[in-house]
Order: sequence, then C-alpha cells, then structure tokens
Amino acid sequence: MSNYEVNGCLYSAEPRPGQCLRTFLRDLDVFGVKKGCDAGDCGACTVWLDGKPFHSCLVPAFRGEGRKITTIEGLAKDGEMHPIQKAFHDAQAFQCGYCAAGMIMTTASAAFDEAHKADLPHALKGNLCRCTGYRSIVDALHGKINIEEDVAGKACGASLPNPFTDAILTGKARYTMDIAIEGLLHLKVLRSPHAHARLTRIDRTKASVVPGVIAIYTWEDVPRRLYSTALHEDHLVDPDDTYMLDNVARFVGQRIAMVIGETEAAAEAGVRALHVEYEILPTVFDPVAAMEPGAPRLHDKGEVATQNGNIFCTLQGEIGDVAKGFKEADAVHEKTYSTSRVQHVHLETHGSIAWKGEDGRWHVRTSSQGPFPVRAKLAYLMGVPAREIHVFTERVGGGFGGKQEMVSEDLPLFATMKLDGRPVKWEWTREDEFIGATTRHQMTTKVRVGAKKDGTLTALDVQVVSNTGAYGNHASETLAAAMASPFAAYRCENKKGVGHVVYTNMIPGGGFRGYGASQTTFAMECAIDELARLLGIDPFEIRRKNVVRPGDNVESIWKEPSDASFGSHGIDQCLDIVESELKKGNGVAKPAGEEWAEGTGVALAMLECGPPTEHRSGAEMQLLPDGTYHLACGSSEMGNGITTAHKQIAASIVGVRARDVGIINADTDRTPYDTGTFASTGTVVAGKAVHITAEAMRDDILAFAARHTDVEPGKCRLDNDAVVCGNKRILLTELHAAGAKVNHRFTVSRRAYLSPRTIAFNVQGVRLAVHRITGEIRVLHSVHAADIGRPINPMQCRGQLDGAVAMGYGWALIENVVHDEGHMVNPQLRNCRIPTFADTPHTDIFFADTIDTIGPLGAKSQGECGINPVAPAVSNALAAATGVRFAHLPFTPDRLYSKLAAKP
Amino acid sequence: MNLNTIAEVKRPRSFEEIEWRDGHAFLGGGTWLFSEPQVATDTLVDLERLGWPALTATPAGLEIAATCKIVELHDFKGPPEWRAVPLFDKCIDAFLMSFKIWNAATVAGNVCMSLPAGAMISLTAALEGVCTLWPQDGKPRQVPVVDFVTGVHTNVLQKGELLRSILLPAKALSKRFAMRQMSLTRHGRSAALIIATVGDGDEDFLLTISASTPRPVHLRFKKTPLAAEMCQAIDERLPPDAWFQDVHGSAPYKRHVTHYLAEQIRAELS
Repeated sequence: MSNYEVNGCLYSAEPRPGQCLRTFLRDLDVFGVKKGCDAGDCGACTVWLDGKPFHSCLVPAFRGEGRKITTIEGLAKDGEMHPIQKAFHDAQAFQCGYCAAGMIMTTASAAFDEAHKADLPHALKGNLCRCTGYRSIVDALHGKINIEEDVAGKACGASLPNPFTDAILTGKARYTMDIAIEGLLHLKVLRSPHAHARLTRIDRTKASVVPGVIAIYTWEDVPRRLYSTALHEDHLVDPDDTYMLDNVARFVGQRIAMVIGETEAAAEAGVRALHVEYEILPTVFDPVAAMEPGAPRLHDKGEVATQNGNIFCTLQGEIGDVAKGFKEADAVHEKTYSTSRVQHVHLETHGSIAWKGEDGRWHVRTSSQGPFPVRAKLAYLMGVPAREIHVFTERVGGGFGGKQEMVSEDLPLFATMKLDGRPVKWEWTREDEFIGATTRHQMTTKVRVGAKKDGTLTALDVQVVSNTGAYGNHASETLAAAMASPFAAYRCENKKGVGHVVYTNMIPGGGFRGYGASQTTFAMECAIDELARLLGIDPFEIRRKNVVRPGDNVESIWKEPSDASFGSHGIDQCLDIVESELKKGNGVAKPAGEEWAEGTGVALAMLECGPPTEHRSGAEMQLLPDGTYHLACGSSEMGNGITTAHKQIAASIVGVRARDVGIINADTDRTPYDTGTFASTGTVVAGKAVHITAEAMRDDILAFAARHTDVEPGKCRLDNDAVVCGNKRILLTELHAAGAKVNHRFTVSRRAYLSPRTIAFNVQGVRLAVHRITGEIRVLHSVHAADIGRPINPMQCRGQLDGAVAMGYGWALIENVVHDEGHMVNPQLRNCRIPTFADTPHTDIFFADTIDTIGPLGAKSQGECGINPVAPAVSNALAAATGVRFAHLPFTPDRLYSKLAAKP
Repeated sequence: MNLNTIAEVKRPRSFEEIEWRDGHAFLGGGTWLFSEPQVATDTLVDLERLGWPALTATPAGLEIAATCKIVELHDFKGPPEWRAVPLFDKCIDAFLMSFKIWNAATVAGNVCMSLPAGAMISLTAALEGVCTLWPQDGKPRQVPVVDFVTGVHTNVLQKGELLRSILLPAKALSKRFAMRQMSLTRHGRSAALIIATVGDGDEDFLLTISASTPRPVHLRFKKTPLAAEMCQAIDERLPPDAWFQDVHGSAPYKRHVTHYLAEQIRAELS
C-alpha cells in the first residue's frame, strides 16, 4: 500500500495502474473533484499537488503518492472559507455549480498570479462554464458583491444567493454521481459503428467470460415496447419510434447492447469483446434527399407510423391571402437560411444509478429535467406500476434541454431488475454525450417576406425543413415552435408556412434552449433586416412598426384561437434601450486599420411563456414546529435558479426571509407532481403552483389563528415569525403548538396549470468588427434587453440571460459539430469547442420595466429566450459591416473570409 | 481518464532496464495518454525516474530533456545573446491547453504527439532543433525536428525508440524572430502558426510554417526575401492539396492565412 495525503488526511491505498488521480480521489469519497470531460479540456477536476494546480483527470494517480493533494474540500481552513470561495459566494459566480470547484481551485492557486489575473481570457483557458457566460466569475475575481440581504417580507425582487451556495463552493454538494454505494455494478454500452445497419448476429461468448462481467443484454433481452425518449406531459405529442435496444441501428452511436460489470473496466472490456455482425443498410443524411422517392427508409418496420416516407411530420397553414399580400408589396426579400447542429454540453454528463430499496421499490437517482415523466416512461417500459418506481435528482449539473430526455435511466433500471436489485450505475462519458445524446435540430428555412414602402409587412411565406435524425423525439414540438413565435412576433395579415421534419441517419435532434424557435428566429430576423435595407428603413424602426402588440391577433400561420395573451408588453422599451445603448456606445473602439470593418446589428425574439401543449405542477407547503416553512415542488434545479425563486415566491407571500422556507424538489416520492423544468415553465407554472400554495398556507394559518384567538379573520395578518390578531402577536411556534393539540396540521397543497400563456420579448444588439482578410470577428459591444416582467431575483435573471446570450454567441461564432457520413468527427471538447472565457463577450443586460398580469407576482419566463436573437443580431451586424449576408451558421473565420472584400 | 487496459506501470531508473514490447507506451506528462482511451496499451513505462536534468544550457545551445515540463521551459531565462528565448513563451501561449497543463505536459511529449498544431513542434522546428533518439537496439541517432514529424500524428520513431532530448543550437537561439498565430477561436487551437527567424545582416531567413500543414515546413532564404519571392516559394513548396484540413480550419483558409501571416512576419523582420 502507498500513502496519499489528501486535504491533510492520510490514506493508505493503491490506485490501479492506469487510474487517473480524479477517480482515485473519488474512490476515497472525495466527490468535490468533478468530471466534465475526463480529458483535460474543462478543468472541473482541478486539484493541487503540492500547491500547484493540475487537471486531475490527466494525472496518473500514482504520481500523487507522497505529495500534498488539495481538493475543494480542503480549501476552507478552520471552517472559514478561502477568500476566493467567499468571492464566489458574494458574486454568486456559478449557476449549476458543477464547474465551481475547478474554477476555484484554479483561481485560488498560488500559480494564478497577478499576470494571470490581468489576462483572464488566457488564464481561464482551461476552465469551461456552460451556465454563466463567465460574467459572474469575473465579478468574483474582481471582488464584486452581487447578493442582497434576505429581509423578511422582501424576498421577492431581491438578489438572494442560491440556497445551496456553501455546499457547492466547498465541494459538499452531491451531484448525481457523487455517492458511494456498496456493491455497485457498472453499465457500459456498445454503440453502433454504423449509420444504418441490421444486427444479424450477436456472439456473447467472449464477452461473457471477461473477468468481472456480470451480464450482457441486447435487444433480444429487453422489453420490445416502442416509446419516445422525449419528456413531455402528454406523451402523445412525441412519436413512439424507439426501442430500449433495437435490432436495427439508425445512427452512429445508437446503443446496441449493454454490459454490466463489477467494475467499469470489466464492463468496458466486455463491450470490446462483444462480437456483433451487421447487415449494412443504405443511408441518407440530408433531409431533402431523405424526402425523395426511393430514399432509404428509416422506419419501415410497420410498427412506426410514417405515412409519408421519411417525413415524420408536416405542419402547414395560411392566414389571409399570401399571394395577394405579395402583390401589394413594394419590396420582397427571399432567401434561404440554415442553422447548425450543436450539443448542449451541460458540464455534468448524463448518468443514473438504479437499485432496489429496502422498501422493495425501485429507486433511480438521476440527472434529469423531468423526474415525473421519466417515472411514467420507466413504468411503461418495465411493465411495473409507477408507484413502485422512485425517480429523483439531488444536484443536477446543467440541462439546457438535454436532460428533457430519458436516455440514461432505463438501462440501469432494467439491469438492476434483472440482477436482484443490485445497484447499477451508468455514468456517461463526454464522448457518449456527443455521439449518443441529442443535439439541436438542424433546420433550413426559406423566407419570403414583402412590405410596403413605409415598412408595413404585407406577406410572409416560410418553408422549414428540420432534420430530426434517426428518431423523432421532440421533432414535431420543435417544428411547431419553429413555425410559431418567430412569425407570430410580427403583425402581418397574410402569412403562410409549411414545415417538414424528416428522418435521416443522423444523431437525433432533441430539445435545446430556444427549442426550434431559435432556428427560425435566425431566419426571420435576418430577413426583416434585409427587407429594411431594401426599403432604406432603420432596422429598429421596421421592427417597431411591425412587432405584435396588445390588441393584435397573436398568430403565426394558423387561425385557431391561441391562449397566448399579453400579460404585459415591453418590446418597445427593449428596442429603445438597445438602440440608445448602442448609440451611446461603450467606448470600445474598432481595432485600428482599414482591414477591420465595423457594423451594428439588432434582432428580437418573442416567447410565449410555456408550451402550447399540457404542462402542470403542484406544490406542498407546511408550517413546521420551529416556525419555519417547508416547501415541496417537483421542479428540477439544474442551475436555472428555480429553487431560489420558488423559496422567494413562497417567502414573500408568508412574509418571512427566503431562508425560513426549506425546499425539496424534483423527487417523485417527496414532492407533488411536476411535468418537468423545461419549456420556460419554472417560473410561470411551477412558480405559479408555489405562489398559490403559499397563499393557501397564509390563509390556513390566518384562519386557524382567527379561530384560535377568536379575532375576526380580517384583523389577522402574518408578521414574519408571528401572527398578529387584533392586538395580540402570537409566535408561529406557539400557534403551531396550539394547532398540534387539535390536530391542525398547517399543511396545504395546490396545483397549477398553464393557461393563458403570457408573452415575453428579448432584444439583442451587437456592434462588432470583422477582419476582412482573416475573417476574425471581435464583438465590441453587446447589449441585451429582456421583457421578462418583474424579476423574482434580478441577479439570477441576469445570470440566466448572461448564459443564454453566451450560448447564442457560441452557436453563432464557435460551436461546430462536424459529421462525416453520420460519424462525428470531433467528439471531444478540445475539437468541438464551446465558448471559453476568451470567446465570450461581456453583455450589458437591461430589463424592461414591466409587471406581468398573468405570471406569478408579475414575473415571466426568463431563462430560455435570451439565446434566440443573438445569432441573427450577429449576422445583421456582419451584413452592416461588410455588405455580405451570411445566412448559414456558424460564422467561423474559415467560412467567412473568402466572401469578404479585402478593402473597404 | 482512467486507462482501464493498463495492467502495469514500469518505473525504470535507467533506459537499459526497459525491455520494450508491443503494448508499451512511454509515459511523460501523461496529458495526452490520459486524455483518450488507449486500448492497445497495457503497460506504461514511466520516464520520471530516469532523472534527466530538464534543461542544460551550454555554448552549443539548449538541450531540452524528454522529461522537461512545459513550465520549466516557460521559466527558462537564457543569456541575453539568445534573442529567440522570448519565442518560448509565445509558443507556449499558443497552446490550446491551459497553464495548469504546463505543470504536467512535457516538451518532448508534444513533439512526439506530432499533431500539426503542436506548438512545441513549431517552436523547436523554428529554432532548428535536433532530436536525439534512443532506439531500443543500436546507437543514438539525430534527426532535425522538422524531419521528425512526418505527418498528422506520425513521426520517425521506431518501436520503443525514445526521443531523449532536443538540442536548440545556439546559433538559432541567437537569431531575431517574429511569430504569428491564427485560430478560429480566441486562444484556440492554431489554424496557422508561422515563425520566422533571421540572423544579423538579414541573413539566413528561415520561415517555419506549422499548424496549417500536416507537418512543419521550412523555407530557407539566404537573405530576407521580398514579398513576392516568399509568396512564390510558399506556393511552390505547398501546392493547394498540401494544406491541412480539419475542424480547426479549412485547408484553403489555412493556406490563405499562412500567406497573410508570413508576409506580416517578413515585413516585421525586414
């Protein structure tokens, strides 16, 4: 045995020969050391060896012997946080918190000297954050305080810290995989090497004798039930076209077989030893080609309803008379725009652990945006009643729509059910994410739009083709979103559209922040800009003139009545703010030299707050004997700040500090039902449930107090930790004790449903410089204004927008998922970049001054839509700078340079 | 990540102890080895205990041992007449990877990886480095860095042969230099990393093209060339199909920016 010193404790242990320090430390229950990539790219696993920072995933574990190893858990001294931890606390320099340990261990190290501090873009190359857009991290490093006091009765509208801050910043917070379980088995999958193939033979002989291999399961072993991996309230909106394991592979990376091992190494060796023979089938990757007669059929097994070849779904409609509208137009713009496939890259990968509990039920610990629909799907797949399955999250390290998908829960649950309830873990690798999860749907949008000389839109005609890849999860819903708000955002009497979602042999599309609307917002907002240019109208003016407003029909291409309604209307304010801020400028000059061209662009996006399909949420609240409250709500917290917001909503109604309301969330045993945290519903649906539950709590307490004191109810009111009844002030603790005597439980529950849906807006302004020769783009000024109603927590809302806008820049400028015949060429973060600190411009964020009449406490959705106007604003700024319209994402320099004129 | 196929780590104290066979891999910093599954490898041969001094400066030049860490090169201060030493940091900064990796990664490891964007390849090729290779059997041999790398992820190393050290000759270290890098993202992987060095009296102008080509390319001129002369030399040496296409930049783009950056460098040194 060798000796290892970790955070001052001595361990006698022997790492395996090829083990890296990261997993060795985690084997010692030092779970603060995270895995984002396991390849040295993300920095989440940063630890110190003798005070120097290392990416522990790249350090051979044996090299830690005899050295002082310090992890995030060892940074605080005598219970006192390190100054950097305090700074991260005060600036709230994290959202999901998964990157925080690595960020802190990097920036707190002695090696992070003044030179590094002066050059953060360079110094933070090795630390990725997908949530924050890095703005709050800069704040922390500059000692900025972003949090406010938690004052009783004033919780709503206050910038309160995340309630789990201390645990996250000290490494104590438990993410999905941060748990030691006795007798844990490990699951690994064999993924298809072919884009389209039928399995003709599976030979398990060699694999089954690999030492440590416990079991092998293929399509022959699992229930053959069709389902969709997409999570929604109404499962009928997604096509049942998927089997847990299938005998046909339809994309490279599709899971083919699972191997259960005593160790991950054994499971991996079993996967390598599994011999599978395939009959290679013809492939199609391009959705237009896939629609042609004679194209290889993706789903022809007779069980999946595809009436129209590979066209999974067609949506079309017309309002008014588009032909007439174009006749009336003085100017018409027509162009085809396309957007690229990108991956969510939530830093915590997918992963689930399933086991049979002492209660005889099945427990699934997972990383999900929707534990309840996961439970429903698992119950259906396994053929057991839902009440026998418990699905829950603890801390979730980012989602962005990628975890609105049941992709990691079913296999471990199946395996544990087969293996006498022994716990089975399936932890995804970063490569698994890139080749086996989902991506944003690639869409191509042809827009034809006409207007009169004064800019009034007369006709709009759009054609959308969405490539859903091998499976149709989220495909029809994202297409519906794509065909809706981006076109409903503008008043126009004549609108027409047709959209197709097409199966191909690509990796499946999925839900992704912005959800289809991002793709067509790009097309529409570029087209509006082109139209403005044709007419010689200012891009702000044409938007002001045509944007939908109260009194208008909020409609895209369908006449059916919609439940979208203006609870408030702040788009004019947003346009004014962005226009005046861009005009005012930020003092950042264009780089010197005539090879740099400068331009300004704007784009808007509209969001109907919540999905048009069903979504519901419940909450429970209880007054506890100590006079504080307990709140249970089913929403997932994955860095969106929803638990903070829910505590604030509840606290403001019952008039206490947010910290006086404890919360449990996203647990099918311990919280009421919730459809899931997606589709911009955390505030407007789950928040509404919390709002009305807290009101019921208040009413319950006051009613009891009135009875108890014999004071008429109108003269009773809550006052922080007490009730004032007439002249009497009774502490809640006393009241609770009084209630207990008569069996009054002070427990309430309410349910919320989404309708009507209010409407939010976002406007992005960009001033940028582009180098005419190298194609390099530098964002000089980035301004974002959001009409999100009353911010429940302004700091968090700003953080959500920071992150959404940064993701928008990533999509526009950097991220590039490259496939060759269905094979992903770059399934590593160093080759498939997400924005680093250096890539992420600072964005000035503003809120319209609106208070919504529909959303809870005047709030609207805020986390999703901020991404949507970014890419078109960049394209519009590029067009203004160069006169060239770049219509296809992403705008990497090598895709721009050849179209740029070398001289002005 | 865990390398689950590794069954043994050998930690020899001398090169002679090593009995090489298939499945062995030399472990330097481990920063590449541990970044990808290595299913063909079952044994790591750790170089750390061989105890070679990282950097040895002599009148002949600077010898960089196989085990020299990037951070040690970063901290190196040469004599003032070695005017090219500041290029070390510029190339180190051109790495995609962070300063934390400098603590683990080795110079020779980057060279042996033999990726087009290997910044230590750019550096040691531009400074006319010469590799000393220790074969398993036979005498040590010398190969210039520019010839050591033969293509994307390929080099002249034979089975079990070790890149023992790289000598940067004093003459090259004494030259003036200019360097430019282009990447599709800020501080990202190089699409082109172009360096030129020149001696006193504008003599011995050496242009090193890297990242934009599968392997480093030297173009040597007796005197600092004129723009057209250099441009023509690049085109003659590197026809349109000689450029490296990957996710970090298209081949035409790399050709385009190489010309642009090379001219900037030429002008700077003229």
